[in-house]
Amino acid sequence: MWEAIAANRRRSRLLIGLLGAVLVLLGAVIGLAVAVPLNRPATLGRWLGTQQQFVPPARLQRYESDPADDLPASGARPLLDEIIAAQNGAYWGMGIALLIWLVLWVTAVAGGDSILLGAAKAVEVPREAAPQLWNVVEEMTIASGLKQMPKIYVIDDSSLNAFAVGNRPERAAVAVTAGLLKRLSRDELQGVIGHELGHIHNLDIRFMTLASVMVGAIVLLSDLFLRSVFYSGAGRRSSSRRGGGQAQIIMLVVAILVAVSAPLAAQLLYFACSRRREYLADASAARFTRYPEGLAAALERIATQAAPQAGASKVVAPLYIVNPLQEGALFTLFSTHPPTKERVRILRGMAGAGFGAYEAAFRQVRGAAQSCIGAKTLQDSTGIDLRAASPEVQPPEDPIARARGVGELLEHVLPFVVIPCPCGVRMKVPPQFRKPAVKCPRCGREHEVPGVSAPGAGAGPQAGAPRRVSYQRRGTDWESFRCTCGHPVQISPKFSAPQVACPKCGQGIDVRPAG
Amino acid sequence: MGTSTIALLVVAGIGVLILFWVIGLYNGLVRVRNEVKNAWSQIDVQLKRRHDLIPNLVETVRGYAGHEKGTLEAVVQARSRAVGATDIGDRVRAEGELSQALGRLMVVVESYPDLKANQNFLGLQEELTSTENKIGFSRQYYNDSVMNYNTRIQVFPANIVAGMFGFRESPFFEVENQAERAVPQVKF
Repeated sequence: MWEAIAANRRRSRLLIGLLGAVLVLLGAVIGLAVAVPLNRPATLGRWLGTQQQFVPPARLQRYESDPADDLPASGARPLLDEIIAAQNGAYWGMGIALLIWLVLWVTAVAGGDSILLGAAKAVEVPREAAPQLWNVVEEMTIASGLKQMPKIYVIDDSSLNAFAVGNRPERAAVAVTAGLLKRLSRDELQGVIGHELGHIHNLDIRFMTLASVMVGAIVLLSDLFLRSVFYSGAGRRSSSRRGGGQAQIIMLVVAILVAVSAPLAAQLLYFACSRRREYLADASAARFTRYPEGLAAALERIATQAAPQAGASKVVAPLYIVNPLQEGALFTLFSTHPPTKERVRILRGMAGAGFGAYEAAFRQVRGAAQSCIGAKTLQDSTGIDLRAASPEVQPPEDPIARARGVGELLEHVLPFVVIPCPCGVRMKVPPQFRKPAVKCPRCGREHEVPGVSAPGAGAGPQAGAPRRVSYQRRGTDWESFRCTCGHPVQISPKFSAPQVACPKCGQGIDVRPAG
Repeated sequence: MGTSTIALLVVAGIGVLILFWVIGLYNGLVRVRNEVKNAWSQIDVQLKRRHDLIPNLVETVRGYAGHEKGTLEAVVQARSRAVGATDIGDRVRAEGELSQALGRLMVVVESYPDLKANQNFLGLQEELTSTENKIGFSRQYYNDSVMNYNTRIQVFPANIVAGMFGFRESPFFEVENQAERAVPQVKF
């Protein structure tokens, strides 16, 4: 296991190095292509055409320090100017490429987690709202030996998916969709969480952030360049007519080719690595849970879901346990995830729960020559047995109860005001809704949106004294109402205190019991 | 500078390098050994959690299935034996018995639909399942880290350093009863 992580790190460094090389090369080529025509359009062509005129570096230096000294014969000076410009252009290009990368990277490391979680519209869940999810995450934290339990987020989406973020294992987070909670059994959920914690444990997230930011920088740089060529193409073409233009066009074409192919190459590298990481996370999940069938069943269920996920975008797609966008499409070199069917087959083919068993199953499914984890890890996984399926607390044959539980969880976490109508409809009023009353969509009854009232308002001479606001309860079930600041407040059936604090503005609200 | 001085410096340099290398190895071993200790205490934490959970569970079950006295008593007694156990062998045995008693209780509970519909009981049941899982997983992690530690102190050249500073092999957490080896089965 530890060897697998070490090997993972070595590969990551290699990949980061390669991506960095692509980035710097791209910067240099673009810098060269941009700087030379700006300086003087014609002469680079002459230089490329007549290699024998190449100036030795020592002479170039002398010329740089004092152009008046050592003036070569006429015609050579523009040539020297040209070479200096080309050099400077290349350096500038590299510098700008690295700067773009640095800015993107700092942003990603500083605020990447919250950006990603925000983009997926994930909300943090407290323990009392989702005890089973919390327990499963705790179990996997123990099994993986992580020092710190990741934070838990829920996404209000009926599709089935999950992802993990966090540059450091100590500050990681996992997010699951509501659909996943509704549809998966405990063992299946454990498999999925095991996979996500496997990503955190194998430091995949840090690496993926670094690599994806590098790919992003490469894409951005070549995009900028190609755009500038496209839009200023007309002006440059006229200037290149002044002789020697052909070679310069060749130069430009080379730069364009590099700019087009660099993002492709970078993405290929990135995707290949991303797929390998998915396999490794699957193997980790099997090892943590000792029950590969859980993850296999979960993957199958996730793969057969009908609709693609609404809130997912290209940016967050590689993070999810299965790709939320292109599942079912062709498996190509550009897939971030290996085909789910294959992952399921490997997991089902495992004879034990260790990495060795996963490796053996992997070879059987993908052909003997391929290796996923590396031979060194095989020795440490002998004698890791599978375990039996664990019993279901919430019977799976009761999907309605499950769905209701998840619905309550979301109501608890998301700032909705819930109004039950006597006709059986539960209306969820979003926080943006500002009208005092709402109409039931089924029976048409008007319902007042409950809010707090201020009993002392305007009455009596001490209007300057701090007013107490209060809420009159209607029953003993779940209830929600709106604070004077507009934020919803939830009261659980167990709530019995005389006062509640608004979660947003913090003001105390008196709660009067019903009747 | 004479030849002898240079030779002396070279020898001293090599000596310092070896010293640093030994310090590095030693620190690595200490880190792995602490990991093992930490994993062991994690098992303790989870067992303690199970002890804390049981009185509540027994009370809830008693409310619905009061005449299952024998099963309930067995759980309570197994718990107090496990809490009172002093040496490790006793403790492992007592905890194993507790697992079995709990398993029997959960089988009995099966015939009380009212109890199984109780929200409070369902919550406790989830907590108990999870605690049993956590005990299993912490035991599993303990064995994983023991394996890592034992391998580390056996391989050359770390075994020299380990021998010098008295790093001893750690025992695995073995459960005597073969049926107990898997995560304790709680049937609902």
